[in-house]
Amino acid sequence: MKQKHGFQRKQLAIPYAIFLLLFVILPLLVVIFYAFTNEDGHFSLENYVAFFRSGKTVGTLLYSIVIALVTTVICLLIAYPTAYVLSKTGLKSGDALLLLFVLPMWINFTLRITALKEILTLIEGNLAFHPFANTIICMVYDFLPFMIMPLYNTLTKLDDSFIEAAQDLGAKKHHVFLKVILPLSVPGIVSGVTMVFLPSMTNYVVLDMVYNSTFIMGSLIGSYFSAYDWHNGSVISIILLLIICLITALSSRYTEGETDGRVGAMK
Amino acid sequence: MENTKDTLIELKHVKKVFEDGVTVIEDLSLEIKKGEFVTLLGPSGCGKTTILRMIGGFEKPTSGELLLNGKDISNLPPNERPINTVFQKYALFPHLNVYDNITFGLKIKGVDKKTQDEKVKKVLEMVDLEGFEKRSISTLSGGQQQRIAIARAIVNEPEVLLLDESLSALDAKMRKEMQIELKEMHKKLGITFIFVTHDQEEALTMSDKVVVMSDGDVQQIGTPEDIYNEPKNLFVADFIGESNIFNGKMVGKKLVEFGGAVFECVDDYAVDTVIDAVVRPEDVEITKAGEGRIQGEVLSCDFKGIFYVTNVKTDKAEIEIHNLKSYQIGEKVGLDLAPDSIHIIPYDTSINHYEGEITEYEPEIGLRVVFEDFSLRVPAAQIFQGCKTENGKLLDAEGKEIAWEGRKVIASFAPEDATLSDDADAGFVAGDIFNFIYMDDHYRYRVRSESEEDYIVNDEYLWNNEDHVSISVPMEKFSFELKKA
Repeated sequence: MKQKHGFQRKQLAIPYAIFLLLFVILPLLVVIFYAFTNEDGHFSLENYVAFFRSGKTVGTLLYSIVIALVTTVICLLIAYPTAYVLSKTGLKSGDALLLLFVLPMWINFTLRITALKEILTLIEGNLAFHPFANTIICMVYDFLPFMIMPLYNTLTKLDDSFIEAAQDLGAKKHHVFLKVILPLSVPGIVSGVTMVFLPSMTNYVVLDMVYNSTFIMGSLIGSYFSAYDWHNGSVISIILLLIICLITALSSRYTEGETDGRVGAMK
Repeated sequence: MENTKDTLIELKHVKKVFEDGVTVIEDLSLEIKKGEFVTLLGPSGCGKTTILRMIGGFEKPTSGELLLNGKDISNLPPNERPINTVFQKYALFPHLNVYDNITFGLKIKGVDKKTQDEKVKKVLEMVDLEGFEKRSISTLSGGQQQRIAIARAIVNEPEVLLLDESLSALDAKMRKEMQIELKEMHKKLGITFIFVTHDQEEALTMSDKVVVMSDGDVQQIGTPEDIYNEPKNLFVADFIGESNIFNGKMVGKKLVEFGGAVFECVDDYAVDTVIDAVVRPEDVEITKAGEGRIQGEVLSCDFKGIFYVTNVKTDKAEIEIHNLKSYQIGEKVGLDLAPDSIHIIPYDTSINHYEGEITEYEPEIGLRVVFEDFSLRVPAAQIFQGCKTENGKLLDAEGKEIAWEGRKVIASFAPEDATLSDDADAGFVAGDIFNFIYMDDHYRYRVRSESEEDYIVNDEYLWNNEDHVSISVPMEKFSFELKKA
């Protein structure tokens, strides 16, 4: 394309670049600054030492990981068969059915949880009887679409000829699944897990609403910040950020390897 | 069918209708012997891949039988058939390396590791890729993937190897090499190969037996030589190789007339039989002007590497000739044909016959005959010879009233009496052009109506496949035959 009037296509990125600078990069720098300084403004690591020394904070971190782990596993167990069935029903009806699973995302989050809370109260009598189970139920309900979507996308793209080739080579149904379909859907599993695990580690709204608990990373940050303790809040943010970076790095390595292989076979 | 003992696969009256209601195969029977290299050849959409997929177990026939060694395997899943497939896009597992791809089937069967290693080594040697065990699939070229796909299939020692357009993704040179290698592999392994392709040259080069298919039907089964030299019908003649096709008729014992001259031939049909004569371009002899039985003028002459393609215009037709000499454009030449270079196909008299029913009679206008696709107003005398009308009643020659109502009538017309029009309402019936064949001075079109009736029309103008056209035939050119009441 010839450029006229000095306009370049990359100039279209300016609005986003400004947004990025103001709302992502600058705050991040601020957070990093606070995380590595003490109240006097000097460089210090004592906030980290304090974090790992305190039973409350480490306990919250572990508890958040447990909640996220259980949520992710249950989501995966429900979403995988669902996405598999949806992807095999033929494209048109599959897309329509998928909508049913994704539709709740269009309803306000608080409204959904409030409604679910009412239903659970109706069944259990008092939410306080099974606080952990209720939290998990709400989390799963909330994050399920994020697990189904990437799995559905991966499974619909999975070429039937791989399945046929496996059958052709003597594979029974369970062989086909374990040796071909499951390994080839790893990219979908990885991105689904990433999309569920990380947000559920910090989702304090659910915990607050159904558990009345603050033992989750999100509320920990919230409680420090609302007490104007910028330093400790930032430390937790950085720790979470590091966990996120670690998981993303691991999973992107995995998915890249997988897609490379697939592209090669399609040539 | 000489020795049925050797029959490995047999399809009996197989019909396949897809879930969306499309019939791909109407009624197909086919026999494949042990150790044969059989090629299913046909244009895309002819049903050849569907047959392969039925043999492989990926599609079930809607009706009919599919026998392997005399046992019906129609309902056997693919993993229980002693058959392996080389898929069109190879379908090598991207998450496994070459070794694990090849041993996929062996592992399922529980073959021990040592035997696996030996077998992999053997098949990799066979496909010329020694030492590739640890390579990942994405690092292989198209040709190498193809070979690994073959290795992965034959390592299981199947009774039948299916190859689905397996060479079509390779470049021309690689394809030629693989053709020869596949043929050698077939000899070495001694198992049955069933190969599907739309490439006639590939089919002729590799196969023991070629099954030419069109429109879900077998057109001809034979050796490559048979198919080329003795095509059973015009479709085969046109699809396999180049050919000059002439309309003509028999004028004496082994004497045929076409293209404005009379030739001796080797096929014997009754005098006056209408025929189509097929002449291969390499069989036409170019002589000096004035000699030879047809005279013409060189229209074009193109060098093709091994031979020249010369087009000669005669007063009736345009004839394509392949030979080793070049000619000047405009040069006057004579053409001649040896008796054994003319292949005669008797005209198929069963075409363009449609059954209808008389539904109405009006003295002034005639009879109304309703067919599946169309209806005609027919003068009564064209159906009931010598009939007359008295007091609004239709009487036969003896004056007895004719019971016309509901009588079944067969209407037919000759392809040369019909014309095509792009105005869908101009003719008595409309449809889409399904295929066509170039004949010496016209094209022969197959027009398919919405209800899947076929109409054969000769037209001098060039139309394209899928053009929507209507067909006109002058009323007096229709012939009608009453079915017995």
